[in-house]
Amino acid sequence: MSAMYPEDLLYAENHEWIRVENGTGTIGITDYAQDQLGDLVFVELPEEGDEFGQGDPFGVIESVKAVADFYMPVGGEIIEVNEELLDAPEIISEDPYDEGWIIKVKIADDGELDALMNSEDYQATLD
Amino acid sequence: MELDKLKKTPLLECHQKYGGKIVDFGGWALPVQYTGIIDEHRAVRNSAGLFDVSHMGEIRVSGPQALDLVDYLLTNDVTRVSVGQVQYSPMCYPDGGVVDDLITYRVGEDEFLLVVNAANKDKDHEWIVDKADDYDVTVTDESDDTALLAIQGPRAEVILGRVTDADLSGIKFFRFRTGVQVAGCEVMVSRTGYTGEDGFEVYCEPDEAPEIFQALMDAGQDDELVPAGLGARDTLRFEATLPLYGQELGPDINPLEAGLSFFVKLDAGDFIGRDALRSVHEDGPERKLVGFEMVDRGIPRTTYPIFDVEDNEVGHVSSGSFSPTLGKNVGMGFVRTELAEEGTDLQIGVRNRKLDAVVIGAPFYTRKG
Repeated sequence: MSAMYPEDLLYAENHEWIRVENGTGTIGITDYAQDQLGDLVFVELPEEGDEFGQGDPFGVIESVKAVADFYMPVGGEIIEVNEELLDAPEIISEDPYDEGWIIKVKIADDGELDALMNSEDYQATLD
Repeated sequence: MELDKLKKTPLLECHQKYGGKIVDFGGWALPVQYTGIIDEHRAVRNSAGLFDVSHMGEIRVSGPQALDLVDYLLTNDVTRVSVGQVQYSPMCYPDGGVVDDLITYRVGEDEFLLVVNAANKDKDHEWIVDKADDYDVTVTDESDDTALLAIQGPRAEVILGRVTDADLSGIKFFRFRTGVQVAGCEVMVSRTGYTGEDGFEVYCEPDEAPEIFQALMDAGQDDELVPAGLGARDTLRFEATLPLYGQELGPDINPLEAGLSFFVKLDAGDFIGRDALRSVHEDGPERKLVGFEMVDRGIPRTTYPIFDVEDNEVGHVSSGSFSPTLGKNVGMGFVRTELAEEGTDLQIGVRNRKLDAVVIGAPFYTRKG
């Protein structure tokens, strides 16, 4: 199965994706990231209302062997977290771009989106 | 990762063929997983898994005084091991710290094969050669001439039985046979392993290893045999609370605090470290290795600090993981002896937070039957 990188998303160097709709960003990690981590067994998520700057760590993901931080692709306030992941982090592996979303944020500054990559540019960083 | 710079086992191509994710494991190119650590872990618990552990070191000690030397090197009583038997033992420094933990095969009255951790192999060889000075023995490092496959799990005997004429049921736990035909090759087979399951280890010539690997994979097709990587090897040994050198054992950890007193025979013949370990035994170790279960959400990891309920730092985590069999997050760690009782509340320092945990009995997993 080849990895997938949907074209309607923007991507950060740290392997997060963001889907932007009306000033709200839905954020997750890419298929590449989940594949590199291996079997996911734990996530630590922020609380609604928490605010983070672009590039700040906002949570933790752990596989059997590895511990990694999630980083904010853009700054903003957390408006929703995917609490289903707390009991079933494997959803991220099974469906990284839809059911496996991690947080929704109110984007503080649209301008920060310019620093992100489109699908093609992101894939080029993986080669 | 640059494969060129890593040491390779004769099975690298087999791993790649089966989709193994090759990593740098202490300088060796070895698969951490194929399909996934948890899948492979469960396969070994429920059916069988095939591991490449060719990176392990093999050091042969032979000669008229081989028994005297090996017994002096090891804390266990090697004089009680008969030909065809395998024995586990720590090998200690004079201060009781551990040089390595290893298994000894008594191949003949005057011939022993010591199977040691890959990362310690050169150090061990040097240590043994140094101590061998006063003994009439020959010490040979055969690691480069030996490949090692481990087939582990409840279906291991049936699967291995399909590619050998040997009566495997006659090889009991921690026994071995030499000159066994497996897939047309002459090998040494022992009923040993590092997973907490029944299983066998097959020692062979490096150039025969791919053929044996393939023959076993083919023979195990209908029994859900999977190739298994080092990730599953670690979670499997962890659930069985088998010690890992560098985490549960090391130069600064003596075998008594690591819970290995069964393998330290203070009243048998003399061995290196005996005086130091006798005084640890008499005074009681200051710290002990315990098993614990997380009460709060979080995974304990090697080196994380352990605190008592009054927030005093009382030790550290040696190994920790999500346990696929238990479905819980559990760990092992060294704590002050008075906190080693089952049911004692502890806290584990996980990323600037202290998470509740409780001491539980070990091993976390024991196979039935």
